[in-house]
Amino acid sequence: MSTFDVSSDPNSRSAGVPADRASSRRRRNTTISPQATPNRRNTELAMLAFAVLLPVLAYANVGLAMDDKLPAGMLGYGLGMGALALIAHLLMRKFAPYADPLMLPIATLLNGLGVVMIWRLDKAGPLLHNNFPAASNQLMWSGLGIAFFIVVMVFLKDHRVLQRYTYISMAVALVLLAAPAFFPERKEDLGAKIWIRMGAFSIQPGEFAKIILTVFFAGYLMVKRDALALASRRFMGLYLPRGRDLGPIIVIWLLSLLILIFENDLGSSFLYFGLFVVMLYVATERTSWIVVGLLMSIGGAVAVASTASHVKTRIDAWLNPMAAFEPKHPQGATEQIGQALMSFGSGGVTGSGLGQGRSWLIDFAAKSDFILGSFGEELGLTGMMAIFMLYALLIQRGLRTAVAARDPFGKLFAVGLSSAMALQVFVVAGGVTGLIPLTGMTMPFLAQGGSSVVANWALVAILLKISDNARRPGVEPTPTPEIQGGTAS
Amino acid sequence: MNKPIRRVSIFCLVLILALMVRTNWVQGVQADAWAGNKYNKRQVYDRYAYPRGNIIVDGQPITQSTFVDGLRYKYKRSWTDPQMYAPVTGYSSQAFGASQLEQLEDGVLSGSDDRLFFRNTLDMLTGEQKRGGDVVTTINSKAQKAAFEGLGNKKGAVVALDPKTGAILALVSTPSYDPASFAGNESTDSKAWTDLNADPNKPMLNRALRETYPPGSTFKLVTASAAFENGLYQNIDDQTATPDPYTLPGTNFVLKNESDREQCGNATIKSGMDQSCNTVFAKIGADLGKDKMRVQAEKFGFNSTVDTPIRSEKSVFPSNSTPDGTAQDSIGQHDTQATPLQMAMVSAAIANNGSLMQPYLVAEERSASLTTISKHSEKQFSQPISPATAQKMQDLMVSVVENGTGKNAKIPGVTVGGKTGTAQHGEGNAGLPFAWFTSYAKASDGRTVAVAVVVEDGSNNRDGISGGRLAAPIAKSVMQAVLGK
Repeated sequence: MSTFDVSSDPNSRSAGVPADRASSRRRRNTTISPQATPNRRNTELAMLAFAVLLPVLAYANVGLAMDDKLPAGMLGYGLGMGALALIAHLLMRKFAPYADPLMLPIATLLNGLGVVMIWRLDKAGPLLHNNFPAASNQLMWSGLGIAFFIVVMVFLKDHRVLQRYTYISMAVALVLLAAPAFFPERKEDLGAKIWIRMGAFSIQPGEFAKIILTVFFAGYLMVKRDALALASRRFMGLYLPRGRDLGPIIVIWLLSLLILIFENDLGSSFLYFGLFVVMLYVATERTSWIVVGLLMSIGGAVAVASTASHVKTRIDAWLNPMAAFEPKHPQGATEQIGQALMSFGSGGVTGSGLGQGRSWLIDFAAKSDFILGSFGEELGLTGMMAIFMLYALLIQRGLRTAVAARDPFGKLFAVGLSSAMALQVFVVAGGVTGLIPLTGMTMPFLAQGGSSVVANWALVAILLKISDNARRPGVEPTPTPEIQGGTAS
Repeated sequence: MNKPIRRVSIFCLVLILALMVRTNWVQGVQADAWAGNKYNKRQVYDRYAYPRGNIIVDGQPITQSTFVDGLRYKYKRSWTDPQMYAPVTGYSSQAFGASQLEQLEDGVLSGSDDRLFFRNTLDMLTGEQKRGGDVVTTINSKAQKAAFEGLGNKKGAVVALDPKTGAILALVSTPSYDPASFAGNESTDSKAWTDLNADPNKPMLNRALRETYPPGSTFKLVTASAAFENGLYQNIDDQTATPDPYTLPGTNFVLKNESDREQCGNATIKSGMDQSCNTVFAKIGADLGKDKMRVQAEKFGFNSTVDTPIRSEKSVFPSNSTPDGTAQDSIGQHDTQATPLQMAMVSAAIANNGSLMQPYLVAEERSASLTTISKHSEKQFSQPISPATAQKMQDLMVSVVENGTGKNAKIPGVTVGGKTGTAQHGEGNAGLPFAWFTSYAKASDGRTVAVAVVVEDGSNNRDGISGGRLAAPIAKSVMQAVLGK
C-alpha cells in the first residue's frame, strides 16, 4: 500500500510504545498531516447554512405546490433547524474542533429533507391510511437527536472510554435485540417484531443496538484480533481459523438467525452479521473470514428461506412485485414493492416536483421504510442520485476517519459505524427499489421514526469525535486508559 | 488495518453504486413501463387532474369537464345529451376507464399525446394550466337528433353517411345510456355500472357499429349489384326467368314470397326489387354462386372490420355455404350478417356512383389553443361497382321509393332511393323480425346522404314490423335533416 499505510505497520498497533513514537509520528505527518490541515470549521458553517436553507426551500416548494402559498410554519421550521444546527456547530468548535467538516451538514440536510417529505405526506391527508401528522413529531425527535449529538460531543471526551464497556455493551445489546421478541406482535407490522411498546410510546431498539454492538465488536476484536489472525491453518490457499476461534462468529451467526426466526427481521439479521464479518475482516486482515462469513450467511439464508414462510413471501414479492395486483394473487402478497416501483417509474428522470406526485399510493409505511419512493417520485432520478451521493459521502467520511484514527479501537469503531450505515442504506434502498428482497428498516435520517433519528445522530456524533481525535494536530493520542495494557504487544 | 479499511470502503462504494445503477434502471430505462403499468393508478388520476378536452359536434362541445375538486380526482366528465351521443362519445369514467372516442382519442383529450408535447411544455413554462385538446366529429346534430327521436323508445340503430366523403353524419343506438351515471368513483357509480352491464336490453352496446343483424331484403342491393357486375343481367328491365315459388337448388325446400299480391314469377329485376321478391334474388345468388357473391359483398366491406376509428364488428357473407344456402344468403338470411354501418355503406357506394369512401367520425384533432393537430383526409375504401352499375342500382332504388315498398321515404323535390328489409331471425324464424331500411337522397344542389336504419323487434304485430313502415320514416327524417328539406 501507499504512504497511507501507517497502521498496517505492526508497530502502530502499540502506538503507545515510546520507542516507536518518533517514527510513527513522522510517518503519520507525511500522510494525514494534521498540522497542515485547517480545521475547516468555517467550511462546515457555510455548508451547514446551505444544509438548512435547502430543506427550507423544499418546504416552501411543497407549500406552493399544494396550497399555492408559502407554508405558515416555514419560518419557525427554518429558524428551529437553523438554531439546532448552529448550536451543534458551535459546540463542535469547542469540543471537537478538528472533526470532519462534512458529516454534520450532510446529516442536517438529510434530516431536514426527511422532515419536509414527512410533512408533505402528512398533507396527503386521508389519501394515506392512518395518516397521523408526523412531521412535528419528527422535528421534535430531530431536536432530541441533535441534543443527543451534543451530549456525546460534550461528555464523550475520548471515544476509547467506550472500550471499557465492551462486555457491558454485549449484555445491553443482547437485551435490546431480544426484547422485541417478548412484546406482542401487531398485525400492521406484517410479522416484523422490532419494536418495544409501552402504551403510545414505542422504540426500535435495533437502531441503538447497532451502535452498542459496534462498541462490543470493536472492543472484543481489538483484544482477540491477534489470536484470530495468526492462529490459523492453511487450507486450499486460505488461512482458515482454528475451531475454537470460530466460537464468536458462530455465536453472532446464531444470534442473527434467532433474530430472523423470532422477530422476522431479515434486515437487522443481515445488518448485524454483515457488520461483524466486516469488522472481523478489518481486525484480522484475513480474507478467509469473509469467505467463512459469506458461506455462513448463504447457508443461514437458504435454511431459513426454505422453512420460514415470511421470508419466502418477501422473496416472492421481490421476484414478482406486481403479483399482488393480479385478480388472483397469492395470499399475503403485498403491493408495496410494486407501488414503490411505479412511484419511481412515474417520477422518471426529473420527478413530478415536490408535492405534485402521488407517492401516497404506496400507502403502508410511506413515511418510514418507503420514504425513498416519495423522493424518487417527486425529485426524480436526479434527486435520488443526489441523495445516494450524500449517503456515499457520509459513509466515506466515516471510513476516512477510520483510516485516520490513531488507535485500533477507534479504527474498528469507525469502520463498524460507517459500514453499518452503508449496509443499512443498501438494505433499505435496495429493498425499496427492488434490487434485493425487502426488509423492514428505516433510511437513516430520512425516514420517520424517533429511534432511528436519535440513534443516527448519536452515530454521527461518535464518528465526529473519533475524527476530531484523529485530525487533532501535534498531540499524541493519550494512552488508552486501563485496557491499554491488555492489548499492547 | 488500513488496507482492509480501504477495501471495506470500496465495498461500501460498490453497494451505493449498485443502488445508483438499480435506480437508473428503474427510473431511467424502465420508467415509462412503470408509469404506464396497467395497475398504476396515476394514469387515471392524471386523466382527471386537469380539464379534459372536448368532443365537438357542429362547432359545439357535447362534453364538459366539471371541476369537482375530489381527493383523488379533480375533474369529472359530463355530457350534453348523453343518451343521444353515447354511441359517439362512449364513456370516460374515473372508475371504469373509457370507451369509443373517449378511449380512442384519449391521447388528444387528455393532452398526453406526443403531438401536444410542445404546447404542454410551453404551458408548463408559462404556468398555464394543462388542458386536453379537442376532437371535432363529423356528426350533424340535426341528423343525430332526427335519428334519435325517430327511434324513440324502440330498440335499434341508425347510421347516416355523406356518400361523397365518407363522413358519418349520424350514429345512434337505442336504448342508450347515460355515461355520466358512472363517470365518477362513488358507490352510486358502481351500482349504475353494474346495472347497465346486467341490463338485458344491452344499453351500452353500440348497435350501429358493433351489432350484426341479418340484413334481409336490403342485401338484395348487393345481389343485384353482383348480377350486373358479373354480366348475368345487363338491364334493370331484363326478365329473370324465375319460377314462383322457387325450389332451392339441390333441395326440396320451396321458397315463397311474402304475400300473394306480389307478382314475382318471371319478374324483371326492377319489378323484383320494387316488390322485394325473394325468389328472384335467391335465384340470382344461386346462379352466380357463392364465390362471386362473396367477392361482391367483400368489395362493399363485408368480412372486414371498419375503423371509424371506433372499430365496427365484421359484417359476414359466408364463404362455405351450400348452393341452397347461398341462395338464402343472397336475400340477407341464413348466415349473412350486417351492421347498420355496413348497409349504409352499400347505399353510400351506390349513391356515389360506385365509389365507396372510407367512413370516418373524426374530422379534426386540435389542441386546446385550437391549432390543428391532424385533419382527416378523405380516401376511397373500395370501388365495389362500376359507375354504370351504380346508375342502374340508383334507378332500382329510386323505383322502390317511387313505386315499391319504400314509399314512406319519399321526400318532395328530392331524389330518394331506398330498399326495405324485414329480416327473419331466431330458431325457426320465431323471433320478431328486424325492420331495415337503407336509402340515399340527392338534393338538387348536389348534396347527398346515405342512411341505414334497423329497428329490432319493437312490436308484436307481425305486419307492423316491416322495413317500409317502421324504418323508412326514420330514414326519411334523417335525410330531411341533413338536406334541410
